[in-house]
Amino acid sequence: MRPPVEMMAIVLAMAAATQLTRFLPFWLPSRWLDYPLVRTLKAGLPAAILLLLVVYSLKGTSLDQPPWGLPEALSLGLVIGLHLWRRNALLSIAGGTALYMAMVQTNLLNQLLGG
Amino acid sequence: MHPSVFQTSLPVAFGYVPLGMAFGVLLVGLGYDWWWAPVMGLVIYAGSAQFLAVSLLAAGAGVVDAFVATLLLNLRHVFYGLTVLDRYRALGWGQGYAVFGLTDETFSLLAGEPARERDRRFVLGVTGLNQGWWVAGCAVGALAGGSLPFHTQGLAFSLTALFAVLLVEQWKKQFQPIPAAGALAAAALCWFFLPGKYFLIASICLSSALLVAVPARGGRS
Repeated sequence: MRPPVEMMAIVLAMAAATQLTRFLPFWLPSRWLDYPLVRTLKAGLPAAILLLLVVYSLKGTSLDQPPWGLPEALSLGLVIGLHLWRRNALLSIAGGTALYMAMVQTNLLNQLLGG
Repeated sequence: MHPSVFQTSLPVAFGYVPLGMAFGVLLVGLGYDWWWAPVMGLVIYAGSAQFLAVSLLAAGAGVVDAFVATLLLNLRHVFYGLTVLDRYRALGWGQGYAVFGLTDETFSLLAGEPARERDRRFVLGVTGLNQGWWVAGCAVGALAGGSLPFHTQGLAFSLTALFAVLLVEQWKKQFQPIPAAGALAAAALCWFFLPGKYFLIASICLSSALLVAVPARGGRS
Protein backbone atom coordinates (compact mmCIF):
# COMPACT_ATOMS: atom_id res chain seq x y z
CA MET A 1 0.00 0.00 0.00
CA ARG A 2 1.19 3.54 -0.83
CA PRO A 3 1.28 6.52 1.47
CA PRO A 4 -1.64 8.85 0.64
CA VAL A 5 0.57 11.50 -1.01
CA GLU A 6 2.11 9.01 -3.44
CA MET A 7 -1.30 7.46 -4.12
CA MET A 8 -2.73 10.90 -4.87
CA ALA A 9 0.17 11.56 -7.27
CA ILE A 10 -0.59 8.33 -9.13
CA VAL A 11 -4.32 9.13 -9.29
CA LEU A 12 -3.60 12.62 -10.62
CA ALA A 13 -1.11 11.28 -13.18
CA MET A 14 -3.72 8.85 -14.48
CA ALA A 15 -6.35 11.58 -14.55
CA ALA A 16 -3.99 13.87 -16.49
CA ALA A 17 -3.18 11.14 -19.02
CA THR A 18 -6.87 10.34 -19.51
CA GLN A 19 -7.86 13.97 -19.93
CA LEU A 20 -4.99 14.59 -22.33
CA THR A 21 -6.48 11.97 -24.66
CA ARG A 22 -9.98 13.42 -24.31
CA PHE A 23 -9.08 17.10 -24.81
CA LEU A 24 -6.38 16.73 -27.48
CA PRO A 25 -8.70 16.94 -30.54
CA PHE A 26 -10.21 20.16 -29.16
CA TRP A 27 -6.80 21.81 -29.10
CA LEU A 28 -5.94 20.98 -32.71
CA PRO A 29 -5.81 23.93 -35.15
CA SER A 30 -9.27 24.15 -36.69
CA ARG A 31 -7.97 24.15 -40.28
CA TRP A 32 -6.68 20.60 -39.72
CA LEU A 33 -10.27 19.53 -39.28
CA ASP A 34 -11.19 20.48 -42.83
CA TYR A 35 -8.69 18.11 -44.42
CA PRO A 36 -10.46 15.43 -46.51
CA LEU A 37 -8.65 12.80 -44.49
CA VAL A 38 -10.10 14.05 -41.22
CA ARG A 39 -13.56 14.41 -42.77
CA THR A 40 -13.45 10.81 -44.03
CA LEU A 41 -12.54 9.67 -40.53
CA LYS A 42 -15.30 11.68 -38.88
CA ALA A 43 -17.90 10.22 -41.24
CA GLY A 44 -16.86 6.59 -41.00
CA LEU A 45 -15.49 6.22 -37.49
CA PRO A 46 -18.63 6.17 -35.32
CA ALA A 47 -19.99 2.99 -36.93
CA ALA A 48 -16.55 1.36 -36.97
CA ILE A 49 -15.91 2.21 -33.30
CA LEU A 50 -19.30 0.89 -32.16
CA LEU A 51 -18.57 -2.42 -33.85
CA LEU A 52 -15.11 -2.52 -32.26
CA LEU A 53 -16.59 -1.75 -28.83
CA VAL A 54 -18.96 -4.72 -29.20
CA VAL A 55 -16.03 -6.99 -29.98
CA TYR A 56 -13.79 -5.41 -27.32
CA SER A 57 -16.34 -5.89 -24.59
CA LEU A 58 -16.34 -9.63 -25.41
CA LYS A 59 -12.55 -9.91 -25.55
CA GLY A 60 -12.34 -12.02 -22.40
CA THR A 61 -14.34 -14.83 -24.03
CA SER A 62 -12.40 -18.01 -24.72
CA LEU A 63 -13.50 -19.60 -27.97
CA ASP A 64 -11.40 -22.75 -27.69
CA GLN A 65 -13.03 -24.37 -24.67
CA PRO A 66 -16.61 -25.11 -23.61
CA PRO A 67 -18.97 -23.37 -23.94
CA TRP A 68 -17.00 -21.92 -26.90
CA GLY A 69 -18.44 -18.43 -26.66
CA LEU A 70 -21.97 -19.72 -27.18
CA PRO A 71 -23.55 -17.73 -24.29
CA GLU A 72 -22.07 -14.55 -25.79
CA ALA A 73 -23.13 -15.42 -29.35
CA LEU A 74 -26.67 -16.43 -28.40
CA SER A 75 -27.24 -13.42 -26.15
CA LEU A 76 -25.86 -11.04 -28.76
CA GLY A 77 -28.15 -12.67 -31.32
CA LEU A 78 -31.12 -12.11 -29.01
CA VAL A 79 -30.19 -8.45 -28.47
CA ILE A 80 -29.97 -7.81 -32.22
CA GLY A 81 -33.09 -9.86 -33.00
CA LEU A 82 -35.15 -8.12 -30.31
CA HIS A 83 -33.95 -4.76 -31.49
CA LEU A 84 -34.76 -5.38 -35.13
CA TRP A 85 -38.19 -6.65 -34.05
CA ARG A 86 -39.36 -4.11 -31.43
CA ARG A 87 -36.72 -1.36 -31.65
CA ASN A 88 -36.95 -0.75 -27.92
CA ALA A 89 -33.42 -0.28 -26.58
CA LEU A 90 -34.17 -1.13 -22.95
CA LEU A 91 -36.08 -4.27 -23.93
CA SER A 92 -33.27 -5.48 -26.21
CA ILE A 93 -30.59 -4.82 -23.58
CA ALA A 94 -32.56 -6.30 -20.67
CA GLY A 95 -33.56 -9.39 -22.69
CA GLY A 96 -30.05 -10.18 -23.90
CA THR A 97 -28.47 -9.51 -20.51
CA ALA A 98 -31.02 -11.66 -18.68
CA LEU A 99 -30.37 -14.56 -21.06
CA TYR A 100 -26.62 -14.15 -20.66
CA MET A 101 -26.76 -14.00 -16.86
CA ALA A 102 -29.00 -17.07 -16.75
CA MET A 103 -26.59 -19.00 -18.95
CA VAL A 104 -23.36 -18.10 -17.13
CA GLN A 105 -24.82 -18.41 -13.64
CA THR A 106 -26.44 -21.80 -14.17
CA ASN A 107 -23.65 -23.14 -16.36
CA LEU A 108 -26.49 -24.65 -18.37
CA LEU A 109 -24.70 -24.77 -21.69
CA ASN A 110 -21.65 -26.47 -20.21
CA GLN A 111 -23.83 -29.22 -18.79
CA LEU A 112 -25.77 -29.62 -22.03
CA LEU A 113 -22.57 -29.78 -24.02
CA GLY A 114 -20.97 -32.14 -21.54
CA GLY A 115 -18.09 -29.69 -20.89
CA MET B 1 -40.30 12.27 -29.20
CA HIS B 2 -36.70 12.06 -28.07
CA PRO B 3 -35.89 9.76 -25.17
CA SER B 4 -35.11 11.66 -21.99
CA VAL B 5 -31.72 11.96 -20.29
CA PHE B 6 -32.71 9.24 -17.82
CA GLN B 7 -33.97 6.83 -20.50
CA THR B 8 -30.83 7.35 -22.54
CA SER B 9 -28.50 6.83 -19.59
CA LEU B 10 -30.31 3.92 -17.93
CA PRO B 11 -28.68 1.09 -19.95
CA VAL B 12 -25.28 2.44 -18.89
CA ALA B 13 -26.31 2.09 -15.24
CA PHE B 14 -26.70 -1.67 -15.65
CA GLY B 15 -23.08 -1.85 -16.74
CA TYR B 16 -21.44 0.92 -14.72
CA VAL B 17 -22.86 0.04 -11.32
CA PRO B 18 -21.67 -3.61 -11.24
CA LEU B 19 -18.36 -2.77 -12.94
CA GLY B 20 -17.75 0.15 -10.57
CA MET B 21 -18.53 -2.16 -7.67
CA ALA B 22 -16.07 -4.75 -8.97
CA PHE B 23 -13.43 -2.02 -9.12
CA GLY B 24 -14.21 -0.89 -5.56
CA VAL B 25 -13.94 -4.45 -4.25
CA LEU B 26 -10.55 -4.93 -5.95
CA LEU B 27 -9.16 -1.62 -4.69
CA VAL B 28 -10.02 -2.16 -1.02
CA GLY B 29 -8.67 -5.68 -1.49
CA LEU B 30 -5.25 -4.06 -1.91
CA GLY B 31 -5.67 -2.41 1.50
CA TYR B 32 -6.69 1.12 0.47
CA ASP B 33 -9.36 3.10 2.28
CA TRP B 34 -12.81 2.82 0.70
CA TRP B 35 -13.03 6.49 -0.28
CA TRP B 36 -10.19 6.14 -2.78
CA ALA B 37 -12.56 4.25 -5.07
CA PRO B 38 -15.17 7.02 -5.51
CA VAL B 39 -12.37 9.63 -5.61
CA MET B 40 -10.79 7.79 -8.52
CA GLY B 41 -14.19 7.50 -10.17
CA LEU B 42 -14.60 11.26 -9.83
CA VAL B 43 -11.08 12.33 -10.83
CA ILE B 44 -9.92 9.71 -13.36
CA TYR B 45 -13.33 8.53 -14.59
CA ALA B 46 -12.13 5.92 -17.05
CA GLY B 47 -13.24 2.37 -16.34
CA SER B 48 -10.54 0.43 -18.09
CA ALA B 49 -7.83 2.77 -16.73
CA GLN B 50 -9.07 2.27 -13.18
CA PHE B 51 -8.88 -1.51 -13.56
CA LEU B 52 -5.40 -0.99 -14.96
CA ALA B 53 -4.63 1.10 -11.86
CA VAL B 54 -5.44 -1.89 -9.66
CA SER B 55 -2.84 -4.02 -11.43
CA LEU B 56 -0.32 -1.15 -11.48
CA LEU B 57 -0.76 -0.53 -7.76
CA ALA B 58 -0.51 -4.22 -6.98
CA ALA B 59 2.68 -4.43 -9.06
CA GLY B 60 4.24 -1.42 -7.32
CA ALA B 61 4.36 0.82 -10.41
CA GLY B 62 5.34 4.48 -10.05
CA VAL B 63 3.85 7.76 -11.20
CA VAL B 64 5.54 7.76 -14.61
CA ASP B 65 4.52 4.15 -15.33
CA ALA B 66 0.96 5.02 -14.43
CA PHE B 67 0.93 8.08 -16.68
CA VAL B 68 2.36 6.30 -19.73
CA ALA B 69 0.24 3.17 -19.37
CA THR B 70 -2.94 5.24 -18.99
CA LEU B 71 -2.05 7.41 -21.98
CA LEU B 72 -1.58 4.34 -24.20
CA LEU B 73 -4.72 2.67 -22.91
CA ASN B 74 -6.87 5.77 -23.48
CA LEU B 75 -5.42 6.98 -26.78
CA ARG B 76 -8.63 5.86 -28.48
CA HIS B 77 -10.39 8.86 -26.92
CA VAL B 78 -8.64 11.08 -29.45
CA PHE B 79 -10.86 9.55 -32.12
CA TYR B 80 -13.98 10.08 -29.99
CA GLY B 81 -13.20 13.76 -29.53
CA LEU B 82 -12.59 14.15 -33.24
CA THR B 83 -16.01 12.71 -34.03
CA VAL B 84 -18.07 14.79 -31.59
CA LEU B 85 -15.98 17.93 -31.94
CA ASP B 86 -18.43 20.15 -33.83
CA ARG B 87 -21.34 19.17 -31.64
CA TYR B 88 -19.40 19.74 -28.43
CA ARG B 89 -17.99 23.09 -29.59
CA ALA B 90 -21.56 24.26 -30.12
CA LEU B 91 -22.42 23.50 -26.49
CA GLY B 92 -20.74 26.65 -25.19
CA TRP B 93 -20.24 26.60 -21.41
CA GLY B 94 -20.18 23.15 -19.92
CA GLN B 95 -18.24 21.91 -22.91
CA GLY B 96 -15.27 21.20 -20.65
CA TYR B 97 -17.22 18.76 -18.48
CA ALA B 98 -18.71 17.04 -21.53
CA VAL B 99 -15.18 16.42 -22.85
CA PHE B 100 -13.95 15.35 -19.40
CA GLY B 101 -16.66 12.70 -19.23
CA LEU B 102 -16.28 11.33 -22.75
CA THR B 103 -16.05 7.61 -21.90
CA ASP B 104 -16.62 4.75 -24.36
CA GLU B 105 -20.23 4.51 -23.27
CA THR B 106 -21.02 8.24 -23.24
CA PHE B 107 -19.43 8.57 -26.67
CA SER B 108 -21.42 5.65 -28.06
CA LEU B 109 -24.69 7.12 -26.74
CA LEU B 110 -24.04 10.53 -28.25
CA ALA B 111 -22.10 9.79 -31.44
CA GLY B 112 -24.97 8.09 -33.22
CA GLU B 113 -27.56 10.80 -32.91
CA PRO B 114 -27.56 14.38 -34.16
CA ALA B 115 -27.64 17.41 -31.91
CA ARG B 116 -31.11 18.21 -30.65
CA GLU B 117 -32.90 21.15 -29.12
CA ARG B 118 -31.49 22.06 -25.74
CA ASP B 119 -28.51 19.93 -26.63
CA ARG B 120 -26.39 21.27 -23.79
CA ARG B 121 -28.87 20.13 -21.19
CA PHE B 122 -29.06 16.70 -22.84
CA VAL B 123 -25.33 16.13 -23.33
CA LEU B 124 -24.38 17.38 -19.87
CA GLY B 125 -27.25 15.44 -18.31
CA VAL B 126 -26.28 12.14 -19.92
CA THR B 127 -22.58 12.69 -19.16
CA GLY B 128 -23.26 13.59 -15.53
CA LEU B 129 -25.73 10.80 -14.89
CA ASN B 130 -23.35 8.25 -16.42
CA GLN B 131 -20.56 9.43 -14.12
CA GLY B 132 -22.99 9.32 -11.21
CA TRP B 133 -23.71 5.60 -11.83
CA TRP B 134 -19.99 4.92 -12.02
CA VAL B 135 -18.99 6.80 -8.86
CA ALA B 136 -21.89 5.26 -6.93
CA GLY B 137 -20.82 1.78 -8.07
CA CYS B 138 -17.20 2.44 -7.01
CA ALA B 139 -18.32 3.66 -3.56
CA VAL B 140 -20.77 0.81 -2.89
CA GLY B 141 -18.29 -1.85 -4.01
CA ALA B 142 -15.52 -0.42 -1.86
CA LEU B 143 -17.76 -0.06 1.20
CA ALA B 144 -19.16 -3.56 0.89
CA GLY B 145 -15.77 -5.10 0.13
CA GLY B 146 -15.94 -8.76 -0.69
CA SER B 147 -19.01 -9.34 1.44
CA LEU B 148 -21.65 -8.85 -1.28
CA PRO B 149 -23.67 -12.01 -1.51
CA PHE B 150 -25.64 -11.38 -4.70
CA HIS B 151 -25.16 -12.82 -8.14
CA THR B 152 -24.21 -10.11 -10.57
CA GLN B 153 -22.07 -12.40 -12.68
CA GLY B 154 -22.80 -11.57 -16.29
CA LEU B 155 -24.53 -8.25 -15.59
CA ALA B 156 -21.78 -6.31 -17.37
CA PHE B 157 -22.97 -7.96 -20.59
CA SER B 158 -25.44 -5.06 -20.66
CA LEU B 159 -22.63 -2.84 -21.96
CA THR B 160 -22.04 -5.23 -24.86
CA ALA B 161 -25.79 -5.20 -25.47
CA LEU B 162 -25.83 -1.40 -25.35
CA PHE B 163 -23.06 -1.14 -27.96
CA ALA B 164 -24.87 -3.70 -30.15
CA VAL B 165 -28.18 -1.79 -29.93
CA LEU B 166 -26.47 1.47 -30.86
CA LEU B 167 -24.74 -0.28 -33.75
CA VAL B 168 -28.07 -1.60 -35.06
CA GLU B 169 -29.53 1.93 -34.78
CA GLN B 170 -26.58 3.35 -36.68
CA TRP B 171 -26.95 0.75 -39.44
CA LYS B 172 -30.70 1.30 -39.74
CA LYS B 173 -30.02 4.97 -40.30
CA GLN B 174 -27.24 4.48 -42.79
CA PHE B 175 -25.39 1.25 -43.46
CA GLN B 176 -21.83 1.98 -44.51
CA PRO B 177 -20.35 -1.25 -45.85
CA ILE B 178 -16.76 -0.03 -46.12
CA PRO B 179 -16.24 1.09 -42.50
CA ALA B 180 -18.13 -1.97 -41.32
CA ALA B 181 -16.06 -4.43 -43.32
CA GLY B 182 -12.84 -2.64 -42.40
CA ALA B 183 -13.71 -2.63 -38.71
CA LEU B 184 -14.66 -6.30 -38.83
CA ALA B 185 -11.36 -7.22 -40.49
CA ALA B 186 -9.42 -5.09 -37.98
CA ALA B 187 -11.32 -6.66 -35.08
CA ALA B 188 -10.60 -10.20 -36.27
CA LEU B 189 -6.92 -9.48 -36.78
CA CYS B 190 -6.49 -7.80 -33.38
CA TRP B 191 -8.59 -10.43 -31.56
CA PHE B 192 -6.14 -13.17 -32.41
CA PHE B 193 -2.85 -11.30 -32.26
CA LEU B 194 -3.10 -8.69 -29.50
CA PRO B 195 -3.63 -8.74 -25.73
CA GLY B 196 -6.84 -7.12 -24.51
CA LYS B 197 -5.40 -3.81 -23.38
CA TYR B 198 -4.14 -2.83 -26.84
CA PHE B 199 -7.14 -4.18 -28.72
CA LEU B 200 -9.16 -0.97 -28.99
CA ILE B 201 -6.46 1.47 -29.95
CA ALA B 202 -4.87 -0.95 -32.43
CA SER B 203 -8.14 -1.90 -34.10
CA ILE B 204 -9.32 1.74 -34.25
CA CYS B 205 -6.03 2.79 -35.90
CA LEU B 206 -6.28 -0.10 -38.35
CA SER B 207 -9.91 0.71 -39.17
CA SER B 208 -9.00 4.38 -39.67
CA ALA B 209 -6.19 3.43 -42.04
CA LEU B 210 -8.59 1.25 -44.04
CA LEU B 211 -11.20 4.04 -44.06
CA VAL B 212 -8.72 6.49 -45.47
CA ALA B 213 -7.15 4.06 -47.93
CA VAL B 214 -10.21 2.43 -49.46
CA PRO B 215 -12.38 5.38 -50.62
CA ALA B 216 -9.26 7.16 -51.88
CA ARG B 217 -8.55 4.34 -54.29
CA GLY B 218 -12.22 4.13 -55.31
CA GLY B 219 -12.26 7.86 -56.01
CA ARG B 220 -9.48 7.71 -58.55
CA SER B 221 -10.93 4.96 -60.69
